[in-house]
Amino acid sequence: MLGKIDTRHLVRPALSRRSFLTVVGLSGAGFMIGCSDSSDTEPLAETGPADAPQPATQSAMGPFVRIGSDNTVTVLIKHLDKGQGVTTGLPTIVAEELDADWSQMRAEFAPADPTRYNNLFFGPFQATGGSTSIANSWTQLRQAAAGARSMLVDAAAARWQVPAADIVVAKGVVSHAASGNEASFGELASAAADMTPPAEPALKDPKDFTLIGTHVSRLDSNAKTDGSAIYTLDVTRPGMLTAVVQHPPKFGATVASFDPTAALDVPGVSEVVEIPRGVAVLADSFWSAKKGRDALEVVWAEADAEQRDSSELLDEYKALAEQASLPARSDGDVSAALASADNVVRREYAVPFLAHATMEPMDCVVELREDVCEIWTGAQLQTGDQMVAAHITGLQPEQVIINTEFAGGSFGRRAVPGSDYVAEAVTIAKAIDGRAPVKLIWTREDDMASGFYRPMSYHIMEGALDSDGNIGAWRHRLAVQSILAGTAFEGMIQDGIDSASVEGSRGLPYAIPNLQVDLYDVADVGVPVLWWRSVGHTQNGYVTEAFIDELAVQAGKDPYELRRELLKDHPRHLGVLELAAEKAGWGEDLGPGRGRGIAMHESFGSFVAEVVDVTVNEGGEFSVDRVVCAVDCGIAINPDVIRAQMEGGIGYGLSAALREEVTLAGGEVQQRNFDRYRPLRIDEMPDIDVHIVPSAEAPTGVGEPGVPPLAPALVNALADATGRRIYRMPIGDQLEA
Amino acid sequence: MAIELNVNGKVHSVDVPNDKPLLWVLREDVGLTGTKFGCGIAQCGACTVHLDGQPMRSCIMPASAAAGMKITTVEGVESPAAMAIRTAWRELDVVQCGYCQSGQMMSATALLESNTSPTDDDIDNAMRGNLCRCATYQRIRAAIHRAADELEA
Repeated sequence: MLGKIDTRHLVRPALSRRSFLTVVGLSGAGFMIGCSDSSDTEPLAETGPADAPQPATQSAMGPFVRIGSDNTVTVLIKHLDKGQGVTTGLPTIVAEELDADWSQMRAEFAPADPTRYNNLFFGPFQATGGSTSIANSWTQLRQAAAGARSMLVDAAAARWQVPAADIVVAKGVVSHAASGNEASFGELASAAADMTPPAEPALKDPKDFTLIGTHVSRLDSNAKTDGSAIYTLDVTRPGMLTAVVQHPPKFGATVASFDPTAALDVPGVSEVVEIPRGVAVLADSFWSAKKGRDALEVVWAEADAEQRDSSELLDEYKALAEQASLPARSDGDVSAALASADNVVRREYAVPFLAHATMEPMDCVVELREDVCEIWTGAQLQTGDQMVAAHITGLQPEQVIINTEFAGGSFGRRAVPGSDYVAEAVTIAKAIDGRAPVKLIWTREDDMASGFYRPMSYHIMEGALDSDGNIGAWRHRLAVQSILAGTAFEGMIQDGIDSASVEGSRGLPYAIPNLQVDLYDVADVGVPVLWWRSVGHTQNGYVTEAFIDELAVQAGKDPYELRRELLKDHPRHLGVLELAAEKAGWGEDLGPGRGRGIAMHESFGSFVAEVVDVTVNEGGEFSVDRVVCAVDCGIAINPDVIRAQMEGGIGYGLSAALREEVTLAGGEVQQRNFDRYRPLRIDEMPDIDVHIVPSAEAPTGVGEPGVPPLAPALVNALADATGRRIYRMPIGDQLEA
Repeated sequence: MAIELNVNGKVHSVDVPNDKPLLWVLREDVGLTGTKFGCGIAQCGACTVHLDGQPMRSCIMPASAAAGMKITTVEGVESPAAMAIRTAWRELDVVQCGYCQSGQMMSATALLESNTSPTDDDIDNAMRGNLCRCATYQRIRAAIHRAADELEA
């Protein structure tokens, strides 16, 4: 997602050493979640009005840890949890260094505040993306928890009048063996909060970890299985109105005129207001607002709108890819090597626009009060959302309060540089002068047809093989729209190259002496594009790993063995490749109608290899039977969450590879709901077997890296079974032709 | 129009437009938000509730049509099958974003209430209507088998 925020373009503050005694002033009681290992304990899941008292006295141990008199340890989560599991992963880091018991751990979303809760990789900016949540928090939370642990020990030492060095902390109990004293965290919390933590708290030797690397239950499982978990859609404010918007049918169209009469005739509808991107209907309920929206008559000005078919765009991209000349990487002399090669293999690949299609359509609640704009949403770029809302309302960013809620999926969609739907909600609230809180709800059709998309791209690959089957040259030319261009993050484009366009290609790890990647940065396309779970790696992982596989076969080599040869100097790539191959039984005879393919890809600092098994019938219909996955993400903090993210990434990648495609007819999106945009369902889910490479490296992310290897491993498996290769995504019924 | 709805064993009198879907009446008028909106055209299953024990998509069904029926939502489902499903969901940590899981669990509970030892094909047939973009399907399948085993034991 935001893997490409380049910190050189953002001021990076020194790692904050603010006083550990800072009391965390929570604006609006957050949503607290937790679970207990004891099945007879009710799940803790509470929401309440902004001034609801905490259930027990809470003592702040710095910005990230609070300990309650009820012996709970609450971790303030600065990131969005959209399913990837940070409300479990980040508390695991804290519990480890604090020597807490897992049953006492709780999680609560932190307020929006870039001075305390910024993503350390992105500068003074609170954001979740690029699979960085664990990686950027790792040392920060270890230090925070080790500091809190030291404060508890000092409080106990003072109370018992014994040396701190003789005090032991284990599983949430502080004890002193010689005196027989023992206390819970809750008993010590208040006194501990008055202690001063060491400037450099000692961190554990990883060999002493007792929680990290073991199985702990997700902290959000209880609330998400009894209906009590609160998403934006579930937030209610007194007197709230619901807004549904008529968006333009084509990207870039604007309102020419509209007649609100029919909408206002719908019972329950109270207002109809024009906003920059359409017309909003406000009512006392979603149903009335939607009926009003559907009754609204709007005339659109389409002169500046995108009106082409996606097939026309693809033809243009194909021609532009031939002209690609922005050098993203250049090793050796590719032109000369291609010209003198015995055998040049040239293949072209087309990759479509895709929707994120989160289960929860976009939504946002806004309440305007004097000098305050309060927002409830699944905020992924809190600092950006604050700035955008401040700009619209004329407030200062710190006057914008954001309550981060669980998000029903994101896959990149909620990290929008211009905060599109948050801005829309704030604009509507302002348009009615803040008279009532506003809940903006997008319908599925809004979400599919008025959103942001993984960019379409076209790729021309050339590989030179010598008579021994060695790859002497590799050229990748591609045409794709920039995600960053025209956004507030445009400054991160370097030498005309948006790294999101070429990531996963220019970092190709294979030892090839002449290697070139050239980009054509497509402009003047009206389709809004955005990072989509693993961003540029989604298309570039597919084309590079499909092409190397085909080169191997052309060279008469085993695709796995060829990769091994070319990865000799890349032990972590090699590690996952070999583990996946071993666990999958690479090399065994599968029999007729079956095929096996492999692919390996690094993204966001993590390494993943996948082996896919397929069965293809004579008519070309196929099933995906099994996926074996190996992942190296450094220290495995929560192995089961890592497995879950690999399973989910594989399912997401498979869904896209099988059928997903957003097409335009006359500029209009043709897939407006799940009847025509048809994601993976349970009967198509293969068995997935995930293996984690043991590692002592610093932990890296797992939300995205499971996605890229799936599509190439799948098309490689289909080629193994049928001899036919797929050059256009999605696969659809191409093998049935 | 005024209608009476029996939701989770309690009668609620609501005054709503006669075409307002049950989903939105449950969410906005009864105040039970565990049942989710995903597509509005009965394609994703996030809105699944039980009507007289049968799984139904509440996003396309007018609430007025549910009057006189026993409506059960994720907040109130408490049959042995439901408890086994909830326990298995937690033990296997099925959820990711969690948004679709109320619907998944309501479909899975209905399956177990009619079939105590479902095969993989039975699970596919009962659960195919419930989308999960986090693709938690492998764990859903395993959790249903585990819950079935628990009920048998």
